[in-house]
Amino acid sequence: MLRKGLAIAALGLALVGGPALAAGSQKEPRTVDWSFSGPFGKFDRAQLQRGFKVYREVCAACHSMNLMSFRNLGQKGGPFYDPKYPNPNDNPYVKTIAKEYEVSDIDQETGDVVKRPATPADHFPNPYPNEAAARAGNGGALPPDFSTLSKARKGGADYVYSLMTGYGTPPAGLEVPSGQYYNPYMLGDVSAFWKGEGYAPKGGFIAMPPQLTPDKVTFDDDTKSTISQQAKDVAAFMAWASEPKLEERKAFGVGAMIYLTILAGLLYVSYRRIWRNVAH
Amino acid sequence: MSGHSNYVPKTGFERWLDARLPVARLAYDSLIDFPTPKNLNYWYTFGGILALCLGIQLATGIVLAMHYVPHVDHAFASIERIMRDVNYGWLVRYMHSNGASMFFIAVYAHMFRGLYYGSYKAPRELLWILGCVIYLLMMATAFMGYVLPWGQMSFHGAVVITNLFGALPIIGESITTWLWGGFAVDNATLNRFFSLHYLMPFMIAGVVILHVWALHVTGNNNPTGVQVQSKADTVPFHPYYTVKDGFAIAVFMLMFAAFVFFNPNALGHPDNYIPANPLVTPAHIVPEWYFLPFYAILRAVPDKLMGVLLMFGAIAVLFILPWLDTSRVKSLRYRPTTRMYFFIFVVACFILGLCGARLPDEHVIPGLKTFQLLDADLNSMVWLSRFATAYYFAYFLIVLPVMGLSETPLDQPKSISEPILSPSAALPAGAAASPEKRG
Repeated sequence: MLRKGLAIAALGLALVGGPALAAGSQKEPRTVDWSFSGPFGKFDRAQLQRGFKVYREVCAACHSMNLMSFRNLGQKGGPFYDPKYPNPNDNPYVKTIAKEYEVSDIDQETGDVVKRPATPADHFPNPYPNEAAARAGNGGALPPDFSTLSKARKGGADYVYSLMTGYGTPPAGLEVPSGQYYNPYMLGDVSAFWKGEGYAPKGGFIAMPPQLTPDKVTFDDDTKSTISQQAKDVAAFMAWASEPKLEERKAFGVGAMIYLTILAGLLYVSYRRIWRNVAH
Repeated sequence: MSGHSNYVPKTGFERWLDARLPVARLAYDSLIDFPTPKNLNYWYTFGGILALCLGIQLATGIVLAMHYVPHVDHAFASIERIMRDVNYGWLVRYMHSNGASMFFIAVYAHMFRGLYYGSYKAPRELLWILGCVIYLLMMATAFMGYVLPWGQMSFHGAVVITNLFGALPIIGESITTWLWGGFAVDNATLNRFFSLHYLMPFMIAGVVILHVWALHVTGNNNPTGVQVQSKADTVPFHPYYTVKDGFAIAVFMLMFAAFVFFNPNALGHPDNYIPANPLVTPAHIVPEWYFLPFYAILRAVPDKLMGVLLMFGAIAVLFILPWLDTSRVKSLRYRPTTRMYFFIFVVACFILGLCGARLPDEHVIPGLKTFQLLDADLNSMVWLSRFATAYYFAYFLIVLPVMGLSETPLDQPKSISEPILSPSAALPAGAAASPEKRG
């Protein structure tokens, strides 16, 4: 009987195996052993802080993060969470970081547009005033917003890591258009630009030039600042920005699974007992 | 809800209530005392699971609607705000989005069970048809719900599906304009989809009441397909089936929870976390997994109108199924040849689901090119979906009508009790007849 129940569950799982999409033309992302993967996963606080530094010093020049506020940095599960400050708006780190940014506001006396230092309640300011400006500054391409980017790509953090470290000399025979860069992990189709032998290589063109170089960001915890390290850390940071409640969710989930397992066990025992004398 | 009632009001209040509005009697007759065949297996627990799914979707959906903003400029951010800033919003939202998938897993298991044990046959034709109505409403509700986050797949999925109606001659264009509330999928479309997405679950709940009512008039079918003949064939619903359904629900919830807590986006498409942009079309537009078989049928036909008709026909054929199956025997247990065709039918449904997720030109067996026939590449997903589509319809329109007339069924038991009252399974001497009454 139990076996049948499991078979039903397996049927459901087999059914959901379907939507695994047709393999695109891009290379499968390399897998990284993330601290936040698995049912007991948690973000590595130090890694999130390093990742935030990479974001702030490299990515934020072009990429917005519209759905995030400074206060998010200090909330439970965030890079600067401190149990002493349950309200992240009180967190001194967060306050200091926010103060270093300038945001627009309206002067309530005069109605003029003014600049003022940000508070933890403010959103991360957008590097460009509007989409047209962002495109104009990046050769027509729009740098995607970071808020949900990690979960908006197949492969998630693995993809971000692979893309950031995937730049290299394009294969001989590939004519890379000016202002574009070849990356094997980018979704796309380069066959129109392929003059070499056989099939065109996997991957696509991306308007973002390679960003990470060794020691571009100095990590405060003396972690060696390699390209791979920077990419890993910023990918972890982006995964957190996409799913800031991941730790709460997984911790809740472990409790829920234990509860449901005990409940199912008790119900099964009750079932056997109640049906004991019924031939069926 | 009908027939004989064993309810005896015990207190003065119950007697007072029973003389005015016998709700306690209704609950007692349908949930406690209801005589249920004692041989129902775990495939029969999906009815209860589905009731729970509907309840979860309603409860979480009502909370989500308190925070969601049905406007093209705010919908995407409002969903993310629910997941980031609303207390346990991530739980409510992920339960709702994964709950839709769980709902469909359960409904497909429920439907396959009905097909296998002949639960659509007389006297349960209306019960089956009401179920089909629920399924149709579920599909409409799920489709509109998927549009609400206003991500890339939401938007372009809505464009593709609403454009299907444009394939209808003469009236098609007017219908799509009417559905959209304008000349493109836009704010008016999102608004009406939200309104209908909130309305339809209550329509489902209404039809569910009729479905359960019809069930309680005819009584449950059972794996033998033989009608209940005496009290020896049945047990009261409570505690026998409350505990069995309860156990199945707990196991189902374990699977549900595994998705919600540890892999909440596994069943969705990553592109739906990109805000909708009418000017950028995703590389591959795919519907949610539960629509993939129908999507494959749609794409199996080169002509758009025929594809649309065939896709709707795939659901319409379910409505006339009670009159397509000519056999007098309900359960496929006693129809070995038809049973074989049934299992092929299940495989065909899975194949259609697989084809719906792949590109039509993609090879079924990679690297194999020997299946070229004239200009048709038989080793392609589109051809696989054509074969599977043909089988899907053949099962209903040819296999069931013909097999019912030509197949000689195996001997059926005379009653539900008969096959299980073998000497080894018979009641031990002196066993309590009603364990529910013991401590």
